[in-house]
Amino acid sequence: MSGFWIMVTGALVASCCGILGCFLILRRMALVGDAISHSVLPGIVIAFLVSGSRDSVFMLFGAAIIGFVTVFLIQLFQNSGVQGDASIGVVFTSLFAAGVLLISLNASQVDLDLDCVLYGEIAYVHWNQLMINGVEVGPKAVWLLGITLFLIVAVIGLFYKQFKLCAFDPALAAAIGIPVALFHYVLMGLVSMATVSSFESVGAILVVGLLIVPPATAYLLTDRLGTMIGLSLVIGVISSIAGYYTAAVLDASIAGCMVCVAGVLFLLAFLFSPSHGLVVRKLRQRASTAREAY
Amino acid sequence: MTTNSRLSPLSVTNLTVAYQKKPVVRNVTFEVAEGELIGIIGPNGAGKSTLIKAILGLQPVLTGETLVYGKPYKSQRKLVGYVPQRESVDWDFPTNALDVVMMGRYGHLGLLRRPGAKERAIGMECLSKVGMADFAGRQISQLSGGQQQRVFLARALAQDATLYFMDEPFAGVDAATEKAIITLLNELKKQGKTVLVVHHDLATVDQYFDSVMLINGEMIAYGPTATTFTEQRLQEAYGGRLTFIKSHQAEEPAATARAGR
Repeated sequence: MSGFWIMVTGALVASCCGILGCFLILRRMALVGDAISHSVLPGIVIAFLVSGSRDSVFMLFGAAIIGFVTVFLIQLFQNSGVQGDASIGVVFTSLFAAGVLLISLNASQVDLDLDCVLYGEIAYVHWNQLMINGVEVGPKAVWLLGITLFLIVAVIGLFYKQFKLCAFDPALAAAIGIPVALFHYVLMGLVSMATVSSFESVGAILVVGLLIVPPATAYLLTDRLGTMIGLSLVIGVISSIAGYYTAAVLDASIAGCMVCVAGVLFLLAFLFSPSHGLVVRKLRQRASTAREAY
Repeated sequence: MTTNSRLSPLSVTNLTVAYQKKPVVRNVTFEVAEGELIGIIGPNGAGKSTLIKAILGLQPVLTGETLVYGKPYKSQRKLVGYVPQRESVDWDFPTNALDVVMMGRYGHLGLLRRPGAKERAIGMECLSKVGMADFAGRQISQLSGGQQQRVFLARALAQDATLYFMDEPFAGVDAATEKAIITLLNELKKQGKTVLVVHHDLATVDQYFDSVMLINGEMIAYGPTATTFTEQRLQEAYGGRLTFIKSHQAEEPAATARAGR
């Protein structure tokens, strides 16, 4: 049974991240996703200290707030003349360090393991079951991720055209009255939520992998945004299932294997994609030079 | 130059825009007449794009008021179409030409409605108006610069507006596209629509536009092309840096303008 729940958890993480990641990479904000996934740490710790429990609702809330703070600070620094990438680097490393500091200062009360925060504990998801009336109804992580995924699908589904236009042409979006800044922060809020729901299972570092690698792979395979999101989902789910079996065979880190599989899939798409692949382009080049030679 | 009609498509009063306290558009006031093609001319950094963006609310303003058909822009969005600079978007975005044109309908769809068959039909119609119907399914990165510009124009047509703002639609396009655009502009004019165009090529100004607006931070001159697009005014707008303006000396620029048509 544990294997099943691990794969479900992995697939849910990959789905949440896969949908949001598409919008992040199209808006050239992949690194902002990276930043959020790290800087939510102090939010999680503070929520833990305030509520005294690992109850995920508090953590989601704390992390979402810090997620907004991250995005806000990055933008503030950029607008005041700090280089874009430098301001991302400054904000997320400082916040992450603050989180590490908070954990080590309160080590006696905080039952948070730094290794767990960084790499996740997907192997143990089924040990932490949600109990309703004394009946186990499945791992807490699965419920949390399920709710997050539902929310993401609902918000993106309802406002798909707004998110799309904001990503492609924010100037036109603003001109026709779409509140571009609001949708920006909604997207960032969803990314924060996805990150927090995911970090317990796959950790802060690997969640970035699932946020960026499957969408980047899908980008190489299609010319349509809708298809890109679908492919990104499929690639994410394949990565988590194949990753689980690979980990079982190699007796290695499950989350690590999942992102490795995603990385291999990206490499395959990069080389062999029918539209953007390196090999296909080279072949086409050779064919055209050969034609010119005649 | 000002008409006293209360329903001018666009009237701007004392508009001032600043980037980090440095004013780029200073105290601009003007009112446009319905059904005209208006060229916005000025040197680089004169604030031409900024002026348009400020009118459309894309750029915070320090002072000033903008009225579209007598009401604030925010309540008149559906009457206004906008063609941003071509370089302002990522043409590698995973979408095709028809899809981009259909984005012009989003403003009319409301909060939740999705584009459907009707929007698709409008999109195709607009694409064929700019001669791009055959490229509807083409990924946008595989279009030439001129074709991309025409897709942008088709999208503006899909907005079905009565007042249009176009930011350098002629920049970097081939001769065929330039011709297609100018035909389209004249078509819009025939339908009584008003179009403001940021333009760079001084040589074509008197052929293309009914009125010109010369700006360099502030308004230098605004009025009918024949009387406003003069060497003296241009020297004022370009700060005397312009050494060659017209192919021949003309005391009466209107004459050359007519001859050019």
